[in-house]
Amino acid sequence: MEFNTAIGLGNYLTLAAILFTIGIFGIFLNRKNIIIILMSIELMLLAVNINLVAFSSFLGDIVGQVFALLVLTVAAGEAAIGLAILVVYFRNRGGIEVEDVSQMKG
Amino acid sequence: MMLQTDIMAILPELILFFGAMGLLMVGVFNTSNLSRPISWGAIIILLVAATVVLFQPGQAYFAFNGALLMNDFTALMKAMTFIAVAGSLVLSHDFMHQEKIERFEYPVLVLLASCGMSIMISANDLIAVYMGLELQSLALYVVASINRDSVRSTEAGLKYFVLGALSSGMLLYGVSLIYGFSGTVNFQELASLGFTGNDIGLIFGMVFLMAGLAFKISAVPFHMWTPDVYEGAPTPVTAFLAVAPKLAAMALFMRAVITIFPQAQDAWQQIIIFMSLASMALGALAAIGQQSIKRLMAYSSIGHIGFALVGFAAIAGENSAEGVSGVIIYIIIYAIMTLGTFACILSMRRSQGMVENIDDLSGLSQTRPFMAFCLAVFMFSMAGIPPLAGFFGKFYVFRAAINAELYTLAVLGVLTSVIGAYYYLRIVKIMYLDAPDDEVNLPMPRNLSLLAGASTFLMLLFFIYPKPLVTVVDNAADAFLGVDVQPGYVHYQGTPK
Repeated sequence: MEFNTAIGLGNYLTLAAILFTIGIFGIFLNRKNIIIILMSIELMLLAVNINLVAFSSFLGDIVGQVFALLVLTVAAGEAAIGLAILVVYFRNRGGIEVEDVSQMKG
Repeated sequence: MMLQTDIMAILPELILFFGAMGLLMVGVFNTSNLSRPISWGAIIILLVAATVVLFQPGQAYFAFNGALLMNDFTALMKAMTFIAVAGSLVLSHDFMHQEKIERFEYPVLVLLASCGMSIMISANDLIAVYMGLELQSLALYVVASINRDSVRSTEAGLKYFVLGALSSGMLLYGVSLIYGFSGTVNFQELASLGFTGNDIGLIFGMVFLMAGLAFKISAVPFHMWTPDVYEGAPTPVTAFLAVAPKLAAMALFMRAVITIFPQAQDAWQQIIIFMSLASMALGALAAIGQQSIKRLMAYSSIGHIGFALVGFAAIAGENSAEGVSGVIIYIIIYAIMTLGTFACILSMRRSQGMVENIDDLSGLSQTRPFMAFCLAVFMFSMAGIPPLAGFFGKFYVFRAAINAELYTLAVLGVLTSVIGAYYYLRIVKIMYLDAPDDEVNLPMPRNLSLLAGASTFLMLLFFIYPKPLVTVVDNAADAFLGVDVQPGYVHYQGTPK
């Protein structure tokens, strides 16, 4: 039996698309914990990085990898700020359940 | 030599950045609370940056290998953004003092956010777009939860963070697709590919990019964070969020879509038309039942973004310039009028503290006639009643839409504007016809009454002498459409086919 084992651009893009979709669903379907939302956001950004590096490699163009590095740094900053806001929220509210984030409605 | 001119070109951003760092040092190394002087320092830095922007040479300049673009359009939008930010800082002093949240971090973060907005407006490649956007957003998330001991403020910050990060993720995914299917991130090189809407990868990229940017201007269906964040954030922060990021994000939205996809107008125009109609309708209908004036302003700002997008949808064919100037004029008038309105909202103080219900305004014309008059002018202007400036904003965008043969959009826009007039006029009715209740509003602080008065003056008298603004804006619109003067770049020639 012969298998086509070469991994092409399409495989990378599919993987990135799946991860990105999981990230978005993680934000909207998750009913429990805000930490999971932060993880989902991270997952989305990493999916984009897979995209960028795959494109960069297949195009033979370095810009994509530079961009991926920028995204990594920004993602770190974003996670730091997200966790900081989460901590002050926890201090005020005493919990981080998603259902509780509903002081304001309408 | 090249580097020197590049650095001169980003001088305003450098002033903001180093200014913010300097003020941060002053704040950190002083044991006494210096937040008021630091805030005034930030205002001075912003005004200096605005002056520098206006004195930069007018012709288009591409800095850092085409990563940033400076021309009349970016100069106008930057100057307006800086002035709006400075105005919102002036608004903040009394409130922050009263609520005991005077922190020197607030002006520093606001300066950093303005630096991000400035980069957004100037961005000429997708990496710069992302960098500017994140620099702005990360500062804004913190600013929204600046009152860290209040559940509502931190909840607003949390919501803003989650949805903002989601939108950045979508924008980034779109950017990665655009990069992958074209092989470049530069706006002009992307434009030179002549994409007409037939490449599925680029279409996906464009849609994700537009979705991410629509979050930032809070256009329907990406508006859901707006009411909660506006209500929960401290009121001066709401004033800031309602004005400055809208100016910058709208400029970026127009530049990104129109410069990158000049020939794919059929593809993006229908998206813009849908967002515009949905925003106008939601802005008009959802605001009717609101009790909190901050929530009402949130829906009102969604509606106004819808009207600005009417002008955006009309950027087509030989009438492009009309559409661009329509959007710019609308968004500038919106900014001035919103700052004035927030000056009045911030003056809604009673002996027991701040109030923010619409009913608390009842009988204001008898107790505080000046404040009632200013607020009435702003409400009439927002409703679009001639001869106030708000009417002219709407007039320019609808004229552009009619000339671009978008008749349905224009008619529906006028209809929603009539529906929206109901809740603006209700506020005027409550102030002028209802009886005042027992508690009386405290007098307006001097800063706020000056700002509200100046803004009222501009709204009232715009129609007598609109020429300066219109000339400047037309100039900016021409610069926006004709970014084709620099040798070495492939450019699109003015109007898309």
